[in-house]
Amino acid sequence: MKKLGVFICHCGVNIAGTVDVKSVAEEVGKVEGVIHSTDYIYMCSEPGQQLIREAIREKGLEGVIVACCSPNMHENTFRKAVKSVGMNPYLCEIANIREQCSWVHQKEKEKATEKAKEIILATLEKVKANVSLEAISVSINRNVLVIGGGIAGMTAALDLAEGGYEVILLEKDQALGGHMAQLSTTFPDLHPALPDLYSKALAIEKHPRIQLLCCSEVEDVKGYVGNFELMLRKKATYVDWAQCNGCSRCIQACPVEHVSEFDGGLSFRKAIDLLYPKSIPNQPVIHRNFCRYFIDQSCKICEQICPEKAIRFDQEDEQIQKKVGAIVVATGYELYPKEQLGEYGYGTIPDVIDGLTFERMLSPTGPTQGRIVRPSDGKVPKEMVFIQCVASRDPDRYMPYCSRICCMYTAKQATVFKEQVPEGQPYIFYMDIRSDGKGYEEFLQKTIEEKGLLYLRGRVSRVFQDDGKVRVLGVDTLTGKMIEVAADMVVLATAIIPRDGVKELAAKLRATVDRHGFLTEAHIKLYPVESSTKGIYLAGCGQSPKDISDTVSQASATASKIQALLSTDQLLQDPLIAWVDETICSGCGICVSICPYEAREMDSQRGISVVHSALCQGCGACIAACPNFACELRNSSSIQTLRMVDTFVTAGVRE
Amino acid sequence: MLPHRDPIGQSPHSFLREVEKRSGENLNLCYQCLKCTVGCPTAPYMDIRPNSLIRMIQMGRKKEVLESSAIWLCVSCETCGTRCPNQIDIGVLMDALREMAVDEGIHAKEKNIHLLHEAFIQSIRRGGRVHEATMLIDYKLRSKDFFTDLLPGIKLFMKGKIPLLPSLVKGRGEMKRIFERCTKAK
Amino acid sequence: MRFSYFPGCTDHSTSYEYGRSTEAVLEKLGVELVEIEDWNCCGAAATHSLNHLLSLCLPARNISKAQAAQAGPLVVPCAGCFNMLKRTEFAMKHDEVKRQEIEEIVQFTYDPSLEILALIDVVLNRVGLDQIRQKVTKPLKGLKTACYYGCALVRHPKITGLDDPENPQYIDQIMRAIGAEPVKWSYKVDCCGADLALTYGNIVQKMVGKIVSMAKEAGADCMVTSCGLCQANLEMRQDMALPIFYFTELMGVAFDVENRERWWRKHVINPKGLLETLGLG
Repeated sequence: MKKLGVFICHCGVNIAGTVDVKSVAEEVGKVEGVIHSTDYIYMCSEPGQQLIREAIREKGLEGVIVACCSPNMHENTFRKAVKSVGMNPYLCEIANIREQCSWVHQKEKEKATEKAKEIILATLEKVKANVSLEAISVSINRNVLVIGGGIAGMTAALDLAEGGYEVILLEKDQALGGHMAQLSTTFPDLHPALPDLYSKALAIEKHPRIQLLCCSEVEDVKGYVGNFELMLRKKATYVDWAQCNGCSRCIQACPVEHVSEFDGGLSFRKAIDLLYPKSIPNQPVIHRNFCRYFIDQSCKICEQICPEKAIRFDQEDEQIQKKVGAIVVATGYELYPKEQLGEYGYGTIPDVIDGLTFERMLSPTGPTQGRIVRPSDGKVPKEMVFIQCVASRDPDRYMPYCSRICCMYTAKQATVFKEQVPEGQPYIFYMDIRSDGKGYEEFLQKTIEEKGLLYLRGRVSRVFQDDGKVRVLGVDTLTGKMIEVAADMVVLATAIIPRDGVKELAAKLRATVDRHGFLTEAHIKLYPVESSTKGIYLAGCGQSPKDISDTVSQASATASKIQALLSTDQLLQDPLIAWVDETICSGCGICVSICPYEAREMDSQRGISVVHSALCQGCGACIAACPNFACELRNSSSIQTLRMVDTFVTAGVRE
Repeated sequence: MLPHRDPIGQSPHSFLREVEKRSGENLNLCYQCLKCTVGCPTAPYMDIRPNSLIRMIQMGRKKEVLESSAIWLCVSCETCGTRCPNQIDIGVLMDALREMAVDEGIHAKEKNIHLLHEAFIQSIRRGGRVHEATMLIDYKLRSKDFFTDLLPGIKLFMKGKIPLLPSLVKGRGEMKRIFERCTKAK
Repeated sequence: MRFSYFPGCTDHSTSYEYGRSTEAVLEKLGVELVEIEDWNCCGAAATHSLNHLLSLCLPARNISKAQAAQAGPLVVPCAGCFNMLKRTEFAMKHDEVKRQEIEEIVQFTYDPSLEILALIDVVLNRVGLDQIRQKVTKPLKGLKTACYYGCALVRHPKITGLDDPENPQYIDQIMRAIGAEPVKWSYKVDCCGADLALTYGNIVQKMVGKIVSMAKEAGADCMVTSCGLCQANLEMRQDMALPIFYFTELMGVAFDVENRERWWRKHVINPKGLLETLGLG
């Protein structure tokens, strides 16, 4: 019989406030095999760990159970502690009596105490049969894929490349910049956005360790942390960028115009065009859907005019295979679709536009060269309404969350408007103003103080057109007055939502998304830049709405995490994975079809199924599926599991 | 335009600017934390509470503001201004609003408070110093409210605290000039 | 020690006992008060309510008289008058245009070196607690005082620049020095509503009632103040018979100055009984 020790943590009052830890320690101490049972206020503290180490040394323990919080929190802590005094770390197990007991049974103290005891007894059954294991060492590829060429992806890519790692930077669109390229200025310093963006984009373009792939997407991902195998698709641009000198003659010559999405519909662009002037890369793309050559072969002007003979109508999509050790997902955001915002007149009234479109208007390189004019008649608006929380914080019909950037950019936009149209009056409808970043509140107060922005607290009920004006019906709850503004123009701060296609991408990466489609992090506080799948990291608005400062911080954090991961060429992995009893396996292959990680494959020579130890995540699907009981999970064998269940069941019967 | 709604005028700011100019207070700074109102000893009796008053000034509701009882019920205790996180001295603002209301010829919602102030100033004008007895009689005549709150006055009189003879300033010319200039300046 | 002195209109009316006790106590402390020539009313709430410019010019005339007197800093006993004079001083010091306008109307040249001080400030910080303690012959043992500062002395702090505006200690310190026991309480700067005393008796009654009952609840035998308006208002609008003293009156008791009976006679709530039970009659 193994000599076992049980250590029960109070977690302050988190556990001890509900569970009678003393009596549990005493009861458990009477169980056969348990030669040491004690409790302590914080087992994870240094003196707490010392209790465990001393007991192992002095009493020669052969197995340890720490009854405390979730293994997500401190399993590693305690396994390291036992290892430091010579015990195999896999002989130490956590009995979770906090999240799974004391926290959920705060009003039933006696029952919680009984349950805590049962959880410990069940875990004892597991530890009794645990065997010593060694971590699995896997060799890794030290290159990184960054998906998304906005400010998040650019920052992560640049940080990683500066750290000495080879980076593939994948951008869906034809140039770097993402939404930041659309912005005029940024808060809280009102610096123009483009110069800041250019400095990073230029560094990326020139960087010897960054391979920039524009017009590109992830087609398929195989493998696991340290060893991802990628299939990328680089879409045809119909221009040989290696040949193109960026002279733009083709763009000037192109006879086809179509509405520019980048400018929010305020301008037209050519069928062959740059994403925006002086974009990086500065080579154009032919837009197949609009190009006359592709419609009816009626035009080849660009090909004729190109001095470098760079036009390639016959160019085809290219598939590129790559191997990387880690992946950053920085897919960014888009705005809530305007078609679904009927009450705001969005999409039907030309003088109602969204925040990004207004940014284009404010941009010196935008469709109006920075002049604020009404889209309907080109006149300068005087009465200007800004509406915040459009489709945000509306759990019933739209999005329940706060989009986080709108309060500040609205203040910025209203300020810029007031500077440009001093006789104009900006009205801002808001629910409450959130300005939590560094210098934000000061910026906000300063703009209100100096610019005379009129903040009206309340939601807008309806926006409609009447008599050449945009009528905004709202309320000011601070005076309790219903309000009607006859506005010249309305800017909506519409909700941020995840980029279209993120769900599909996440599925390829085996990462998860929340119910709104934002990528989920492994732990909201402790592992905020890791996804739920090892080796897949997050940055930017793909994870949650955030402004540029936060995005850059998060992207740098992501890059640091990856640098730590890839700092060695070997990865140590938990050995708690499936194994096969070769004498029983019939080679039916059910496990191969059921494994979500492609960790099971057939050994055709021996006619049995084997486990790819680097790929196996220890999920147990194959064990449940195996008709012959030929595979088992290390230290979670069927017999161990059944004994644990038995402990709970018989405890129930005993009652 | 829907009649039940209050349209915001083309320039709600003209009233705001006027108030800011006269009071010297920057009302744009107000973020409606309501600290002024919750600390105000007379806010419970006001028709428009101090924070709402600022709001209404921002929105150009001149008539309602100047006709309010609030501006007269303020006792200038300065609790608001002392605690305002945005350095708005609401007591001073109230002074400016009262003065504006009087200049605009608006009938004070709290007539008696206004009349008492008038009687007080007249008393100074007459003698350079306040003479309670004549001031009170003047006030009672102005307000035609002869019987309310007589008791405190009687108590003081009985204690010999309301002298019958006024104490007069000798520099009558100086006082006259000050009064004339201060009235003409408006 | 010599100061120029602005007694204010209530000196011979509603705060008669404040004036007389001030004179008696300061004489004991060796402070000479030189009443400024031909002073006028500070203007009070009426002028700052209706005529801002007048509310600055009336005190300015007094400042000009104090400058002319050349008898040292100007001391003001009444908190209300003090506040008005300080408002003018603030405007003169911070608003160049206003200063020129006032100087032109009142016909004088402002001298920013003239200090304007509240009487309580002079007693505490110019005379000092040591001096006060030396003069005490009859310590006010057993007298529990709720020190009440009201509005005008401490607010707006940028104007008055005195003490802590939320928990002032000036009167408390003096009370301790003369042997009394100031109670801890939370209403020492709450407004008593004196501005509405003659127009809204019902509101004022509530305001005063709250303050006085809280002083009582804190265990005080009496309240002590330095404002003429507060003292009168607190006495007249309460039904709890809690005596309201001027701080100078209690100093007078501790110094055992003569002829105190004439002060007590002026009180609506006669404090004699209280003092006698403590052997301080």
